[in-house]
Amino acid sequence: MEKENKLQLEIVTPYGLILSEDVDEVTCTGSEGDFGVLPGHVPFFTTLKIGMLAYKKGNTTKYVFVNWGYAEVGPDKVMVLADSAEKSEDIDVERAKAAMKRADERLKKAEEFDFARSSSSLERAVARVQIGEKFR
Amino acid sequence: MPTLRDIRKRLKAIQSTKKITAAMKMVAAAKMRKVQDRMLNFRPYAKRMETVLSDLAKVAEREIHPLLALRPRKTVEVLVITSDKGLCGAFNTNILKAAYKYIDELKKEGIEVSLSVVGRKARDFFRRRNFTMRNTWIGLSGRISYANAQEIAANLVENYTNETFDEVVVIYNEFKSMIAQQVTVTKLLPVGTLAEEEGQKEQSMTADYLYEPTRAAIFERLLPKYIEIQAYRSLLESSAAEEAARMAAMENATKNCSELINKVTLFANKVRQASITKELMDIVGGVEALKD
Repeated sequence: MEKENKLQLEIVTPYGLILSEDVDEVTCTGSEGDFGVLPGHVPFFTTLKIGMLAYKKGNTTKYVFVNWGYAEVGPDKVMVLADSAEKSEDIDVERAKAAMKRADERLKKAEEFDFARSSSSLERAVARVQIGEKFR
Repeated sequence: MPTLRDIRKRLKAIQSTKKITAAMKMVAAAKMRKVQDRMLNFRPYAKRMETVLSDLAKVAEREIHPLLALRPRKTVEVLVITSDKGLCGAFNTNILKAAYKYIDELKKEGIEVSLSVVGRKARDFFRRRNFTMRNTWIGLSGRISYANAQEIAANLVENYTNETFDEVVVIYNEFKSMIAQQVTVTKLLPVGTLAEEEGQKEQSMTADYLYEPTRAAIFERLLPKYIEIQAYRSLLESSAAEEAARMAAMENATKNCSELINKVTLFANKVRQASITKELMDIVGGVEALKD
């Protein structure tokens, strides 16, 4: 009975299954903006940006860093196929900060040919730091 | 009758061969474990991707994306995946035999075959038989990266889109277990032909989806990705199967060496005994002759 009001959240990446849990609520960054999912959501499919996925289970909220991907939402499940993903407790904040600095410097030098790469790695690093620090 | 020295030389040779095969077995085992880990981690992702795509394909029209387009089978692309190195038992032979048969059948049906291969063994095989290969990828096995799969996938997608061929079939060895590999033939393109057949059975999930951004945009990104993933998966499977096959082959070779060593040692001992007996007889004979 209890199960009916739960969402089955699964996050998979090419490097393995990151998370598989029954949760109450999921909030996620879609390519067109943030969206929230509660049990009984209409079937929904979206692409994801670099950003944060938060899920609530009882009174605790947990955060996951998601780096591009897709989410398929059904009435009782959320399936996230991400290029990479990390739980907030697994994020290496120091490393992310270093990456942020590096990307920032490269952007300042305005090397145009890899502007896209630098800015997306900056975006990644910023998101990682934010999520990593939130957890602490 | 070989001399004792010849036999000892032979024994040495066998012993060093055994050392090599034993070492190769260890190396293969280590490599296999690595690839297997990667594969096992990747499997859930590939599987989920498949379900997502088949869910979507059920409600989508075939016109929405070129990779979904069904065309009459005039030209079929066959992608054969083998290893670069030999010494892995029947691994390559099995795959090449199957591929050869498959191509033959297609030709009998009057379908043009375009051939691409991964791995040196396949290239050499088809070159000897005067096949023209559209594309060859060499030097991948042992260090497969996602980038390799991307390259192959991009090539296939491009040629499929501009109608060089109307179907893509991949033939590779699937990793079943440590001791079993299975030759597998899967259709890669057009996407969703398999899913559709299965879809008949389970209609429960056919619902109208909301899409964000648009459905076309999602397919635009998802389909090429799906091809990449399938290509990557076949490469991983094949390379895990290769190492497993090599391990088994080397295990057998090591066993055979041990057997041979026993046999040759026995023979060497017999020869040694014979020569000692002969020398003794000579001495006794000499002594007897001196007595008189």
